[in-house]
Amino acid sequence: MTTTPDRARGGARNNPTERAVTRESAPPDAPARETVLTVEGLDVHAGSTRLLHDVTFSIQRGERVGLIGESGSGKSLTALAVMGLLAEGVTATGQVRLAGHDTELLGASERRMSQLRGDRMAMIFQEPMTALNPTMKVGRQVAEVLTQHRTADRRAAARRAVELLGQVGLPDPRAVARSYPHQLSGGQRQRVVAAIALANDPLLLVCDEPTTALDVTVQALVLDLIVRGVEDRDAAMLFITHDLAVVATVCERVLVMYGGRIVEAGPVTEVLGDPQHRYTQGLVAASDLERARTGPGRQPLDTIAGNVPPAGRFPDGCVFRNRCAFATEVCEQVPPWTPRGRHEAGEHASGYACFHPVGSETGE
Amino acid sequence: MLLRLARRFLVLLVSLAVASVLVFAFMQVLPGDPARVALGMNSSDEAVAQLREQFGLDRPLLVQYADWLGGVVTLDLGVEWVSKAPIAPQLVDRLAVTGWLVITAMVLALVIALPVGTWMAVRHRHADGVLLSAISQVGVAVPAFLAGIILITYFAKRWQWFPSGGWVPPAEDPVQFLLRLALPAISLALVQASMLARYVRSAVLEVLREDYLRTARAKGLRPMQALTRHGLRNAAVPIVTVLGLQLATLLIGAVVVERVFVIPGLGSFLLDSVAARELITVQTIVMVLVAAVLIINFLVDTVYLLIDPRLRVGHR
Repeated sequence: MTTTPDRARGGARNNPTERAVTRESAPPDAPARETVLTVEGLDVHAGSTRLLHDVTFSIQRGERVGLIGESGSGKSLTALAVMGLLAEGVTATGQVRLAGHDTELLGASERRMSQLRGDRMAMIFQEPMTALNPTMKVGRQVAEVLTQHRTADRRAAARRAVELLGQVGLPDPRAVARSYPHQLSGGQRQRVVAAIALANDPLLLVCDEPTTALDVTVQALVLDLIVRGVEDRDAAMLFITHDLAVVATVCERVLVMYGGRIVEAGPVTEVLGDPQHRYTQGLVAASDLERARTGPGRQPLDTIAGNVPPAGRFPDGCVFRNRCAFATEVCEQVPPWTPRGRHEAGEHASGYACFHPVGSETGE
Repeated sequence: MLLRLARRFLVLLVSLAVASVLVFAFMQVLPGDPARVALGMNSSDEAVAQLREQFGLDRPLLVQYADWLGGVVTLDLGVEWVSKAPIAPQLVDRLAVTGWLVITAMVLALVIALPVGTWMAVRHRHADGVLLSAISQVGVAVPAFLAGIILITYFAKRWQWFPSGGWVPPAEDPVQFLLRLALPAISLALVQASMLARYVRSAVLEVLREDYLRTARAKGLRPMQALTRHGLRNAAVPIVTVLGLQLATLLIGAVVVERVFVIPGLGSFLLDSVAARELITVQTIVMVLVAAVLIINFLVDTVYLLIDPRLRVGHR
């Protein structure tokens, strides 16, 4: 996926200096990029059940960070907490901050949050078939996000909506703008959702498994346009998926989540190529098609023993210890975060939380 | 879409035809000679024979049916058997009275039920939402005539804010018209509003769980904005269904409420005609009521098409 700096900028906005950041691939020793999203000590509870615990990470401008883990590990919940879209009765504590806004977002008013949502931070959801209003024309649904944030008046918004639909690769965007969602395919609808999310050139784009529900043939196309949209705007991206191959192609850095905690983080090549946490090791082994195909005796794929417990039923201490072959008594304590190497985004950008990391068995 | 409408219209015509046959046949299988019933048991055989001849009751059934249906379609309904009063003008007048009553009640019910039902859904986890829900449950259980009697007792008798009954056409005296319309319309509307509010509540609850509402929130719409701009239209489909059914029940409910408030509507006309044993008039009024219900259903189907674009694609 290449960057084309001279592509049409998304912004018809009134502040060109803020927007016209030309993204060139940063040289490896470039000074630290601006941090767009900071999440610190995020806890999420539903009643007395703890769903997320001490989730800490940050994303820099132009950085694409993956969030992986099995279903039920808390990935979507993290995204919804960041967006302030948690269901009624689900509460978040901790800190979420967005670049350029001093206020802490978890405590912010609904009014303040709705000003940010769809403008400074946007989200693409998993299920394109139901994400659009079936009784409203597609063009109006795109235009609405512009008029809502007063980016454009009604007329200009309608025109801009057609442009945006064209930018996400929809053929005959005028006709698409006039159609209803049910007249479009799943892939087309997801492009529309992407057009809505990118309309106001957000600082942060959160994608919750945006291609999981799509045909394999369409997945790559939609992924490509999302990544291009993000690159063009030099936006930060949090990309949720359970598909390691997708993470490897889309993201630079990855967070591994299990039991409502981040158990490992780091550059994609490090985490997926040389995992430290036993859970990550299991995940990678379970996706290792290469070995299953060519390994001795054509072994079946490795699986992680047991199932993801229901929310609130994870063991204390290390959340993975009841499924981990290496767990010992010490794992009844919460494993501390062990930074791995040095990363410009801080010690939480790369490291793991495991008492018995991969390779430690020889030493003991 | 036009094709679909045309098909629905055809269905309407066929249902009307079938209904007319049923109504006619039903009146025929009633025991006894309608002419004798109309004139009374002690009437002379000559008088009965004369009436039978005068109104063609001695003709074959098929001819009688065709004659009656022709009359209904052309609004040339002839005169009542005994009083000889022409039927058509009475029917039109009384239909207008019932129309005012039913439509006012329906509009009132909608105006109450939409916001209250939405509030009940949005606040369904809070005390006020639950309380409203409980009140609506009670409202459903109160029959319209009882509500009418209670309203008369307090608003007409004790405080004398409204007349207790009667009717003044709107062209004659608009103020008196409204004063006399108020209590009967409210007593019909209360039950309907309670019921409708419960349906609005469940339809809105359903919509609140929809993905597109979350998308709307992600676009920066505040919760109420998202609900009103994206939710209500989608919630409208089940609500319109109930609305159609309710209009039909209102027509029937009006029969009783018109009695309580002494209003010369279709309901009173029906009861009077039954009492006077004017079978042909009864038959015609019943047909008008049935036709009204069928036409309401047709309109409901049409409104579906306007609300939900997905239904507009005609199936092969």
